[in-house]
Amino acid sequence: MSDTVKDLNGRTPATAATGKDGAAADGGSPGGEGRNGKRSGSTRVLRPATLKQPRLPRWAPAALVAGSLGVGVLTGVLGGLESRLQWGLIAALVFVAATFAVTTIVEGRRQATDRLAASLVWTSFVVAILPLASLLWETIARGIPGVSWYFLTHSMNGVLSWQEGGGIYHALLGTVQQVLLASVIAIPIGLLTAVYLVEYGRGRLAKTITFFVDVMTGIPSIVAGLFVLSMWIMMLGFGYSGFAGALALSILMMPIVVRSTEEMLKLVPGELREASLALGVPKWRTILKVVLPTAIGGITTGVMLALARIAGETAPIILLVFGSNMINSNPFEGAQSSLPLFVYEQWAFGTESAYDRAWAAALVLIAFIMILNLVARGIARWKAPKTGR
Amino acid sequence: MAKRIDVTGLTAFYGAHRAIDDISMHVEPRSVTAFIGPSGCGKSTFLRTLNRMHEVTPGGRVEGQVMLDNEDLYGPGVDPVQVRRTIGMVFQRPNPFPTMSIYDNVVAGLKLNGKFSRAELDDVVEKNLRGANLWNEVKDRLNKPGSGLSGGQQQRLCIARATSVEPDVLLMDEPCSALDPISTLAIEDLISQLKSRFTIVIVTHNMQQAARVSERTAFFNLAAVGQPGKLIEIDTTDKIFSNPTQQATEDYISGRFG
Amino acid sequence: MPAIQTDSSPPGGGLEPEPRRTSAVRPGDRIFSGLSKGAGITLLVIMAAIAVFLSIRAAVAIEANDGNFLTTFEWDANASPPYFGIAVLLFGTVVSSVIAMVLAVPVAVGIALFISHYAPRRVAGILGYVVDLLAAVPSIIYGLWGALFLVPQMTGLYSWLDQFLGWTGVFAYDNTPARSLMTVGILLAIMILPIITSVTREIFKQTPKAHEEAALALGATRWEVIRMTVLPFGRSGVISASMLGLGRALGETMAVATVLSPAFLINISLLESGGGTFAQNIASQFKEAGSMGRDALIASGLVLFLLTLLVNGAARLIIARRKEFTS
Repeated sequence: MSDTVKDLNGRTPATAATGKDGAAADGGSPGGEGRNGKRSGSTRVLRPATLKQPRLPRWAPAALVAGSLGVGVLTGVLGGLESRLQWGLIAALVFVAATFAVTTIVEGRRQATDRLAASLVWTSFVVAILPLASLLWETIARGIPGVSWYFLTHSMNGVLSWQEGGGIYHALLGTVQQVLLASVIAIPIGLLTAVYLVEYGRGRLAKTITFFVDVMTGIPSIVAGLFVLSMWIMMLGFGYSGFAGALALSILMMPIVVRSTEEMLKLVPGELREASLALGVPKWRTILKVVLPTAIGGITTGVMLALARIAGETAPIILLVFGSNMINSNPFEGAQSSLPLFVYEQWAFGTESAYDRAWAAALVLIAFIMILNLVARGIARWKAPKTGR
Repeated sequence: MAKRIDVTGLTAFYGAHRAIDDISMHVEPRSVTAFIGPSGCGKSTFLRTLNRMHEVTPGGRVEGQVMLDNEDLYGPGVDPVQVRRTIGMVFQRPNPFPTMSIYDNVVAGLKLNGKFSRAELDDVVEKNLRGANLWNEVKDRLNKPGSGLSGGQQQRLCIARATSVEPDVLLMDEPCSALDPISTLAIEDLISQLKSRFTIVIVTHNMQQAARVSERTAFFNLAAVGQPGKLIEIDTTDKIFSNPTQQATEDYISGRFG
Repeated sequence: MPAIQTDSSPPGGGLEPEPRRTSAVRPGDRIFSGLSKGAGITLLVIMAAIAVFLSIRAAVAIEANDGNFLTTFEWDANASPPYFGIAVLLFGTVVSSVIAMVLAVPVAVGIALFISHYAPRRVAGILGYVVDLLAAVPSIIYGLWGALFLVPQMTGLYSWLDQFLGWTGVFAYDNTPARSLMTVGILLAIMILPIITSVTREIFKQTPKAHEEAALALGATRWEVIRMTVLPFGRSGVISASMLGLGRALGETMAVATVLSPAFLINISLLESGGGTFAQNIASQFKEAGSMGRDALIASGLVLFLLTLLVNGAARLIIARRKEFTS
């Protein structure tokens, strides 16, 4: 931009002077092109001769997709390329290039750029959807055969890695206990912090807290695990337990709860608070009886999304809960297991029957988390009109 | 190169809702035509059908014919991009691009249409800012963002931006409704200068404004809320304001409703 | 009624200006505001404690280290004297995360544009929903899928890359299983795609309609409208979204631990196995680590903590500045 400045500054006085009479002359001339003769390389006539623009037929994009898919498959088969990835990449490249070429010829450059952008956007959409769809498909297809009532109600006690059978009861129990303990710690702190930030917070302290809540959202889960390890287990001398894992999970959960609660509290209209305060209700009762109940739907949604998030955490569990094949229903004493940890352990065994168990457990975990998510969003939608959103 | 517009049997929809119904009229070249009428009567919708901006709104659909000299805007093979390029528009709220300088705002439309030398661009900027009566106010800060100007200046910048691509027609959608009286006066002066070069269509809520700036006035009305808007009558501004043929027009002009 | 008036200020209104006599009348208010302030301070204390405790343990390990913590290429923390350094981990972490960024950001911007400007309305709504759900899939499941499905798929692509670009050295490939930093980067890209997309989409949606219409009325094509209005408006948003994604990628543990075949060496080729990342190294070495080994792992965790702190802090500052700018 700096060259613009220089250029303009250098030029302005001169043209400003010549411009005066130019403007007067301009007034009447229809196109205002009278002055162009003075300059070499005068302004070209911009107006298109016609409004019509040669266009590709409507079926063209579909034909291009089909054609490029054909080229991709054909090169794949003839070239003996093993991976479908290569077929897809060739097809995508051919599609983008062919669209651009054909449009340039038929419709012109600007339209071609427009189509190029559109085809890139579509391609990126497909490129992204494929792996994610594959992930869900693989988990479901490979997981379903392993899921049974027996699988859900038995532990891995006495089952060797290469043997079939065994189940995830101990892991399910561990996950539920750890997640509940974590939320018992994180929800009150998170809620109160959000209340502070929205209702009381001002000045530097509130700003600092807001900033660090944001930064805390980005703490890697393994770092949270290391922190609890160094403090709770190494310094204070406690052993591995579900509770130690829950401590780390609560650190991960707090900022999510603060964030979502804050958003919801901000949506509560100020008039509601004023109406209550004007009746002589103390501020703390106003918050408890008016503000929080109004936002409760959104807050619940946020809390459940946070639960879903920490239920899938593995790294801190490895460091703090350690893992066990047996049912341990006391989260405060001794090693436990958890669903994500179970998936990891079974994967690490590397035998076929262990892989089957890993996929089955992964399916249960995904189902667990998706149900939490769907219920949370259901609550959000159901409660939406009341919070005025 | 101002052109004449002939509209025949034009109906516009929002989804299933009929916003305006069966409108036919013509707009004279090199003159100002004003659209007046109560809120919701479809005058802005009608304006937006004249440069195919209506179909940008989700669910927007148009039936009928709009001839620009002898080309149908809605004919087969017509590119809406070319239509909008040929028929410029100024909006209710001034909307200069906030990330661009004043200079870049003026040439934004031009740059879409090809490569131009620095000198050519400089020429266009000066000519159109002078044309918009803005040059003297901004010539020393052309590289500053357009959003730093006052509301009235921003609107004149938007007019300069619209005229810089040398359109055939200039559509103005209540261009003064967000401005103070002094800025409004400046824009009205500008409109009477611009009509020597362009065909101008202006939508306005302000009847005095219509009387001041336009040669011809069209009155739109709707039977009831939810009903489509209709063209009640169009005639010279003098005629509409002194001796309208329709009772509804007279009621509206004399302030009996709306 | 001055007390009521100061109280009644809408969200963000403070309690401080309240006269002293009323706070004596209402112990409830005092307790409640104290509690909520205490909760906020607890959060700050936790952040500080993380830094302090990790530093204490890290100091023990670095003190005893016989190698150079920054430049040593080995990880022999259980030996006496311990001998370890983070060079390989830092390289692996940064390289895999950068690969993830380079792959994910353009695609995420593409999907965000698709949702905000290209897809039909109803489709866009559903897609936004799906993207949010995908962000919730646990990383261990990405890891399992990556190790058992993605890795075998990559060999063909890699030998292809080797065929055309092998001469650069960076894309040399020896036809071993594709458990390399490149595969990790690709998997991380898939994982951070939803988060980058959903932040970017929100920002693109906020582009003022008036500006888009202004561009349209000048005769801009859809892409030109995006280039003139949406992209300049959303630029800082895209940058901060990318950095949030980068933060995720840097600290990701399970997906790397399952896919990567670790080795303490820096391989010029990104396609061949070897290397490691901070988080992966901690998870894989933890069970075999003795007391000194754990301290050494904590030391490496501290570096990771600082790295993510830096990246996330920068992202948040960009967002905060943008907020001031737009409002």
